[in-house]
Amino acid sequence: MLRTLLSEDLPKSRVLAFLLAAIVLALFLTPFLVPGAKAMGVAAKILVFVVLVASYDLLLGYTGIVSFAHTMFFGIGAYGVAIAFTRLGPSWGALAAGLAGAVLLSALLAFVIGLFSLRVRAIFYAMITLAVASAFQTLASQLSDLTGGEDGLNFKVPEVLSPAFELHPDPVLGASLDGKLLTYYLVFAAAMLLFLAMLRIINSPFGRVLVAIRENDFRAEALGYRVVVYRTWSNVLAAVFATLAGSLLALWLRYNGPDTSLSFEIMLDILLMVVIGGMGTLYGALVGAALFVVAQSYLQDLLRLAHGALEGVPVVSALASPDRWLFWLGLLFVLSVYYFPAGIVGRLGNKR
Amino acid sequence: MNRAHLPLILVPALALLALPLVGSLPSWATLTIAGLAMGMIIFVIASGLTLIFGLMDVLNFGHGAFISLGAYVAMAVMLPMAGSLETASFAATLAMLVPVTLAAMAVTGAIGLAFERVIIRPVYGQHLKQILITMGGMIVAEELIKAIWGPQQIPLNLPGSLKGSLLVGEAAIEKYRLLAVGIGLAVFLAMLWTLNRTKIGLLIRAGVQDREMVESLGYRIRTLFVGVFVAGSALAGLGGVLWGLYQQNITAAMGAQVNVLIFIVIIIGGLGSTAGCFVGALLVGLMANYTGFLAPKVALFSNILLMTAILLWRPQGLYPVANR
Repeated sequence: MLRTLLSEDLPKSRVLAFLLAAIVLALFLTPFLVPGAKAMGVAAKILVFVVLVASYDLLLGYTGIVSFAHTMFFGIGAYGVAIAFTRLGPSWGALAAGLAGAVLLSALLAFVIGLFSLRVRAIFYAMITLAVASAFQTLASQLSDLTGGEDGLNFKVPEVLSPAFELHPDPVLGASLDGKLLTYYLVFAAAMLLFLAMLRIINSPFGRVLVAIRENDFRAEALGYRVVVYRTWSNVLAAVFATLAGSLLALWLRYNGPDTSLSFEIMLDILLMVVIGGMGTLYGALVGAALFVVAQSYLQDLLRLAHGALEGVPVVSALASPDRWLFWLGLLFVLSVYYFPAGIVGRLGNKR
Repeated sequence: MNRAHLPLILVPALALLALPLVGSLPSWATLTIAGLAMGMIIFVIASGLTLIFGLMDVLNFGHGAFISLGAYVAMAVMLPMAGSLETASFAATLAMLVPVTLAAMAVTGAIGLAFERVIIRPVYGQHLKQILITMGGMIVAEELIKAIWGPQQIPLNLPGSLKGSLLVGEAAIEKYRLLAVGIGLAVFLAMLWTLNRTKIGLLIRAGVQDREMVESLGYRIRTLFVGVFVAGSALAGLGGVLWGLYQQNITAAMGAQVNVLIFIVIIIGGLGSTAGCFVGALLVGLMANYTGFLAPKVALFSNILLMTAILLWRPQGLYPVANR
């Protein structure tokens, strides 16, 4: 049963299996283990990013395509849900409409961009996606009637999912049984489902061809696989999963704006999570996202401490300021690409 | 008409096409000069990158960091002489700006040398890692700039004698833009001369065409490449100074913003091609200014539209370099 669920792609080592199980269990029990809004927020963010990072790994790790437009699709998903709820009111129909619209738009965009630029070479695609993503960001802030511009959109979700809804008046194990909790488990279930679906995709014959293309696209073409077609499909699939992750984020936050789903910093976060977790393994997405989001949520606190301790030293204290946390992430990123290319999961997988 | 000359007509064609749309000749002249100035600056920045790519197959996503750095160094050097710059005559201003620019170019060139050594050398031939690493390098550099000079936007005032505009007939042409066109043209000519008339240029062009052949003839392509990389970084520094003065304020993120523009130029021109880069830069500059005047909302996306149109015509860019 578990084998089928994981598409016969079981974790390569016992330590890894234990780590994965621990993360999933911790995410499942978070509302009860660590009561409080912040912990649940962090856990929900991890869940969303697991899907997002896994979908990016489908591109980067499995197909060998570098895209900088992944946040664009993430944003489309988030905006799709946000706009639908704002316009059509808080109903399930609105959610379905928003989802359908967003997925269609993403798939179409990914298809067009892919067909356009994947024919040539990896670098070409990286540059084009960078340009398109920045244009899309401008577009989203310009169409302020629709997207709320820089302020973003606050919206109501269906009654059952809103924090005001109470399942039971008394809290159980410190967690109040309200709509927020239901939303959390909805996000949890959706994230797990999407993750398993991606696991299924990469372990299918289709996924094998993607890996073959990553390893040697010329040879894959010679074996009779149309590389452009496979790359485009991989691009579309990754975009659709990213869109779904975006809609989960919007559903959880009940808000969406350019900074939460479109900004370039999120793109950087995704890259980091993929590299830290391990490229070319979906489990890496789980580990990377969990580790990174937790670190990120508490890194700024840590930096605040360091900043206080280093008061008076020039430049260094400026670098330790909480506002400069991106510097440390960038450094970590460069170092991990050099010295840690296989990521955590890659390392663990090699030691049996 | 030779196919190779076809893209060259695009620039005057675009300018002529815009004339009836803009309507009045004076505003058209103003816009065209502004567009050319912007295009020239972009070319100065992008040329180094395209050579680096052509020669070593390295795409430096961190190029933008050198733009910001150049602008910040220039700002730091100009700060103590702000008072005298305000009142100096045109000739004296130029005399003062020369060391400013040289300082910016020296610093960016030196940092470029270090960047090549530390960031790029370990990842030759691995595209995926190159993209990731240089992107990471750019973020680190950007944050370092913020740590040194602060995260806020800093105004960079034009020296007094470069402010204002000349009236040619009824067309108002800003002095600084004219100067930028002059500098850009000078850089372009110097580069053409170096590439076409010197031995180093010959080797660079040969390296872009076929790296291994040059190596097998006994030339150290690595050394050549380091030289090109340093020169490219210094040019990015120069471009940063010009761009900062053009925008009249600088931020740490300006490099990343220009980066997108540069990539579009390089894609339009064909990866690795200098002539294509020149045409692409001018097209982007002109297009941005014309659409900014005619339809400001469209201007935000004019570059993407331009790129799409060019790629529909020539999917590999205007002048695709052989073997790549």
